[in-house]
Amino acid sequence: MLNALTEKRTRGSMLWDYLTTVDHKKIAILYLVAGGFFFLVGGIEAMFIRIQLAKPENAFLSAQAYNEVMTMHGTTMIFLAAMPLLFALMNAVVPLQIGARDVSFPFLNALGFWLFFFGGIFLNLSWFLGGAPDAGWTSYASLSLHSKGHGIDFFVLGLQISGLGTLIAGINFLATIINMRAPGMTYMRLPLFTWTTFVASALILFAFPPLTVGLALMMLDRLFGTNFFNPELGGNTVIWEHLFWIFGHPEVYILILPAFGIFSEVIPVFARKRLFGYSSMVFAIVLIGFLGFMVWVHHMFTTGLGPIANAIFAVATMAIAIPTGIKIFNWLLTIWGGNVKYTTAMLYAVSFIPSFVLGGVTGVMLAAAAADYQFHDTYFVVAHFHYVIIGGVVFGLLAGVHFWWPKMFGKILHETMGKISFVLFFIGFHLTFFIQHFVGLMGMPRRVYTFLPGQGLETGNLISTIGAFFMAAAVILLLVNVIWTSVKGEYVGADPWHDGRTLEWTVSSPPPEYNFKQLPFVRGLDPLWIEKQAGHKSMTPAEPVDDIHMPNGSILPLIISFGLFVAAFGLLYRSDYAWGLPVIFIGLGITFITMLLRSVIDDHGYHIHKEELPNDDKGVKA
Amino acid sequence: CGKPFLSTLKPAGEVADKQYDLTVLSTLIMVVVVAVVSVIFFYVIVRFRRSRVGENTIPKQVEGNKFLEITWTVIPILLLIILVIPVVLYTLELADTSPMDKKGRKAEDALVVNVRANLYWWEFEYPDYGIITSQELIVPTDQRVYFNLKASDVKHSFWIPSVGGKLDTNTDNENKFFLTFDSKRSKEAGDMFFGKCAELCGPSHALMDFKVKTMSAKEFQGWTKEMKNYKSTAESDLAKQGEELFKEKNCLSCHAVEPNDKRAEAARTAPNLATFGERTKVAGVKEANKENVKAWLKDPDSIKPGNKMTGTYPKLSDSETNALYEYLKGLKAESK
Repeated sequence: MLNALTEKRTRGSMLWDYLTTVDHKKIAILYLVAGGFFFLVGGIEAMFIRIQLAKPENAFLSAQAYNEVMTMHGTTMIFLAAMPLLFALMNAVVPLQIGARDVSFPFLNALGFWLFFFGGIFLNLSWFLGGAPDAGWTSYASLSLHSKGHGIDFFVLGLQISGLGTLIAGINFLATIINMRAPGMTYMRLPLFTWTTFVASALILFAFPPLTVGLALMMLDRLFGTNFFNPELGGNTVIWEHLFWIFGHPEVYILILPAFGIFSEVIPVFARKRLFGYSSMVFAIVLIGFLGFMVWVHHMFTTGLGPIANAIFAVATMAIAIPTGIKIFNWLLTIWGGNVKYTTAMLYAVSFIPSFVLGGVTGVMLAAAAADYQFHDTYFVVAHFHYVIIGGVVFGLLAGVHFWWPKMFGKILHETMGKISFVLFFIGFHLTFFIQHFVGLMGMPRRVYTFLPGQGLETGNLISTIGAFFMAAAVILLLVNVIWTSVKGEYVGADPWHDGRTLEWTVSSPPPEYNFKQLPFVRGLDPLWIEKQAGHKSMTPAEPVDDIHMPNGSILPLIISFGLFVAAFGLLYRSDYAWGLPVIFIGLGITFITMLLRSVIDDHGYHIHKEELPNDDKGVKA
Repeated sequence: CGKPFLSTLKPAGEVADKQYDLTVLSTLIMVVVVAVVSVIFFYVIVRFRRSRVGENTIPKQVEGNKFLEITWTVIPILLLIILVIPVVLYTLELADTSPMDKKGRKAEDALVVNVRANLYWWEFEYPDYGIITSQELIVPTDQRVYFNLKASDVKHSFWIPSVGGKLDTNTDNENKFFLTFDSKRSKEAGDMFFGKCAELCGPSHALMDFKVKTMSAKEFQGWTKEMKNYKSTAESDLAKQGEELFKEKNCLSCHAVEPNDKRAEAARTAPNLATFGERTKVAGVKEANKENVKAWLKDPDSIKPGNKMTGTYPKLSDSETNALYEYLKGLKAESK
């Protein structure tokens, strides 16, 4: 009956539905679409970079334009593509995996998305309003204070808005995983993706405040005439480096841990075998998360903090290799003795292992402080972090997207197209980045808009550029696949891979808005697999069929975020135009009045009565 | 691989050697790790594929294995210990700049160079000799040369890849380190190394190169004397005309033309042009010839976007740039 209603909806009401939704599954789709869009934008920027560096003294981009493209590539990929895409999968999967009807705070969930969205749009509007930020994604203080125009202001304000969204999302997942687990779902039965979401959210909680502080100080320096980072007046630029990297290093673990979680879900399903060493995997995740806060100075070995600091942080950094190694071997041993089916998702998951190991070992090399003086800020570093971020995070995202696509949209992405796309991506990735280790060691610094002939750098750079085109082709094919699947693909059942092990595969694809008609009772790790092995057709319900309480949709999250978006323009142009100051107050007014409305209007949500729930119970089936 | 004047893989001094050794050691350990993982990896992905194991086989669900798990925790720890000891020792060793602060230090024993990084050019000051050069660093071989590093505008990073790792030039403080230039391998590199800025500093970050000339300690002493007695007179009429223009167009207010520039640091806002006629490059990146010097004088931004010279002087006619080139070309130590 609900489906029939949905079909009758016009396009307009569907748009309204998405603008006001507080349903974690729809927010997941919003994150996927917005994050996917920014991924394409960041990808185009990457192609511009590689075209410019295809040959020495190329004039495809000017020096200034290159710095803007390079800055926005990094910023977009980290803040606006990788994190939102991970949030897409977390939103789509985590509540289902723990047997919950939604996240703890559905309203906040929507607010988190819209803050990210408006922050990202604001940042990218810089392209049309006088130039993008040009000081690198690290935006080191002396350069970013020196930078003319409003580029850096867009960076500072845009990231503050989207950072708020990230912080809210992180807190929401922490609360959800702590409070919303189904009966029997103890911590040591949590699926690995949920575990990694949990730890990554805790990292967000502690890592984003330093970034917010740094950005706030930078904003005050640039827009309000303070001198926190001006050494001539007692400020200090090294403080920015500390603040940024105290955030920045945990940030890479915020990205990679959920990717680890995805591989830990995909590999057991397609190897038909329980994850090897579950408890050591959990231990390793928590340990990596903890150590992630102890190593930021390895980004600053050449800043001149002295040999003692460098040596201590070198040792701490190397220590991270140990829990990471544990994870790699656990994955290998999960496959060992399994029965492996190579779907596209599994191909990404499996090829992640050697790719990531290459990125991991260069990480240990970079940790060797004395040697890092040579590697730091060269293409060796560029190669290293693309190996971990593409070989780890992007492979993880692609594995996760192919794996959970049927759960999100009810259709399996075309497998042959997926596999061709995988091959192109895999070849392109290694072609682009492997050679860059050597280009860096041969003396090419990073973030250079061009290089001169006769320094032995021509061949390596050309190879890199060729590889980038393979990756671009792979992404285009993936897009074609998405369109083809949504038009021609066939709907699948609750457990499309037939070997699903966790609770998300017990509900229909896509799941009903209330997820579970009856919350399931969890009897161990991989609850669905346990029931299947016991010969049960469905999960044992933990409660009788009853009315289901649902939250109402709301446009308020969008308006709250829009108010900050408006205020940001006021802040940006305050000293240029007379309208700047009032616009700040108008924007903040919109935000605070909307927040007030949210506080005073009682919204009790609504109930889906048990008579309205479908009888045949498509949901809970094994 | 790479070029001997640029590549960290062709080390040409004590510091670069140590860093190269660490690179090789860590690479070897990592190759072992990658090899072990790869062998297991290819075995499992081929051996346990479904077409071989059988469509409906349900594998044994293994929880874990204490022995294996301890093994792959302990072995990496041991490997890291092998690596961490030389890392810590070298890190401490490469930071030993105590000789430069020693009381009564003699320049012959521990040469100190003050490096100041500016938006797209480098200044090298030899405080013991009262000499200032720009864009070209002159160093004696086979001894530790100590550097004081700082930046005057934004953060840069001082890097001579084949001679040793980089150290940032901060705007807040002075950083210190040393490098050694090996005479034999300097010769192989043509007694000329490439130096680079390794920290993003603006549009022309990529073009912020400098050159390092190496010579024996004896030759270096000779060079310092030459610089102390530096004198350059414009010979031809055209050069003399250029000299006049140089004053007239206010070039002198930024550029000094003698190596013993006595002005305060803050007043030295442009590269010192003494010995300009001996340099191999214009602006650190272009071949030193008439065409490029004139191109620079006409529009510095066409060569180094974002530089600080553009727009600070009146437009120059063709004959004026000719005269200026003639004058600048003649800026050499008299003895040459």
